Amino acid sequence: MPLEPSTLTQDIAHDEPQEYLWTLNFGPQHPATHTTLRIVLKLDGERVVDAMPDIGYLHSGFEKIGEHLDYNQYVTVTDRMNYISPMANNVAWHQAVEKLLGLEVPRRCQYIRTLICELARISDHLLCVGAMGLDTGAFTFFLYAFNRREDIYDIFETLCGARFTNSYTRVGGLMYDITPLVVEKIRQFVRTFPKTLDDMERLLNRNRIFVDRTKGVGLLARQDALGYGTSGPVARASGVTRDLRKDEPYLAYPDFDFRVVCMRTGDCYARYLVRMAEMRESLKIIAQAIENLPPGPVNSPVGERTALPDKAQVFQTIEGTITHFELMMSNRGFQTPCEETYAAIESPNGELGFYVVGDGSDVAWRARCRPPSFVHFAVFPHLIRGHTLSDVVAVLGSLNIIAAELDR
Amino acid sequence: MAARLETIQSLTSALGPLNTSEFRGDTRVVVPRDRLLSALSILKSERQMDLLVDITCVDYLHYRGAGDRFGLVYLLGSSETAERLTLRVFVNEPDLTVPSAVGLYEAANWLEREIWDMFGIRFAGHPDHRRILLPEPFTAHPLRKDYPLQGRGERHNFPVLSRNQG
Repeated sequence: MPLEPSTLTQDIAHDEPQEYLWTLNFGPQHPATHTTLRIVLKLDGERVVDAMPDIGYLHSGFEKIGEHLDYNQYVTVTDRMNYISPMANNVAWHQAVEKLLGLEVPRRCQYIRTLICELARISDHLLCVGAMGLDTGAFTFFLYAFNRREDIYDIFETLCGARFTNSYTRVGGLMYDITPLVVEKIRQFVRTFPKTLDDMERLLNRNRIFVDRTKGVGLLARQDALGYGTSGPVARASGVTRDLRKDEPYLAYPDFDFRVVCMRTGDCYARYLVRMAEMRESLKIIAQAIENLPPGPVNSPVGERTALPDKAQVFQTIEGTITHFELMMSNRGFQTPCEETYAAIESPNGELGFYVVGDGSDVAWRARCRPPSFVHFAVFPHLIRGHTLSDVVAVLGSLNIIAAELDR
Repeated sequence: MAARLETIQSLTSALGPLNTSEFRGDTRVVVPRDRLLSALSILKSERQMDLLVDITCVDYLHYRGAGDRFGLVYLLGSSETAERLTLRVFVNEPDLTVPSAVGLYEAANWLEREIWDMFGIRFAGHPDHRRILLPEPFTAHPLRKDYPLQGRGERHNFPVLSRNQG
């Protein structure tokens, strides 16, 4: 069945007298917005004639802070941008910094970063589809998703000690190397997760209520997806084949066998299906990465003076002490070129990039984050026009708007 | 590499000689402000640059070796060829106005509003020229380098609403 966009467009609404239109304030403290964002809806009965997003309730000046924290410190702030997948943000930030510094991280570090990026993708997609199910009435589905998110949090906790705000990467390496216990936990996750995915798909894919509420809702045509600059699952559900993991291979992605998931319809149901299928592809990458972890160090060599050495090296070797001193003292630190660069990764939500301007010191002159949520939320009025009030939550859920990343 | 040369060629043949540079694989082209829209439309129609990935701005106040105050950064991408290009436009006080790219790329709408909000650069022809993250009565542009990180904040500029008024 071909899907048609809704006929009630903005033009009709503006041609007629509008006294009968309702104005409804949705948010900023509404449970279905999940986070703090506000939408002013113009309603004709139950139909949304227009939606005006009003954002900025969670603006905390992250980019300004980025101009005052050094390259290792700022990673803690990136955790708080998309707090659903902080690992992906950590990797994106340090990838941009390493591109500015001209660093190549060791092979093992690249593999571990790929691994945690994909775990973060599964965690993010589980939240997105779970919450989308919850908003459209599927509570059990939500519990299935969140149960497995706990497992991923456990893996992250074993890996770096923090469950939520990981701050796991460092310039030129990682906080810790991966341990056999983590490997075992990830292997167990890889073994058991396909069954959860099967269960989830059986619960929702042909669920009458869910399909009726999402199919044909929030249509995004391919042309609009490109024009609005969308990326990630939102764009791929509309037939855009762009995936940075394939188009601009970074980290260890060229080594792995996986497919890019695309759909043509571009409605909420397609975005849900793309996310579900992407989790399976991520699982493939994780399974390949965990079995092929290269040996060797995770950090750049001490002699390069870019990665912070571990404590054993600091206290027991003179090179470690010197490197630690050189990096930590306020008048030393990184030698950055007076240049600027942009590096992006395919984060769970879409293209997450950082535009970093170096000024010679170890603090960025400008640390711009290109947040996928910000770009995706701009599409929202276009998607919701002509649909009913109850579709607002379905569309919001399918876009996976994270307000902390939206407002930064 | 060949694609990069062709892209620069298609820009220079229409706009005259341009200042180009490369750093770690990123190609940057500096275009004059009045040629920005024609450069964008050439890239969009001739080089399939159908994605406006990001627009951002850098304040070069007291930056080493900088001649201009603000540098706008247009990050363009292509969904067909996976090619990327960075367009730079430099603007100086007092005339902080740049033509808006919303007519070419719908994505520019919110990104330009954010730059107006944070840097105070006006976009001529923008359909909805309001602040986006900060409230409308806010007077400053906080990502400028002369805006302090710490201080009393702007609370005293806003009226206090009591429960009865609210």
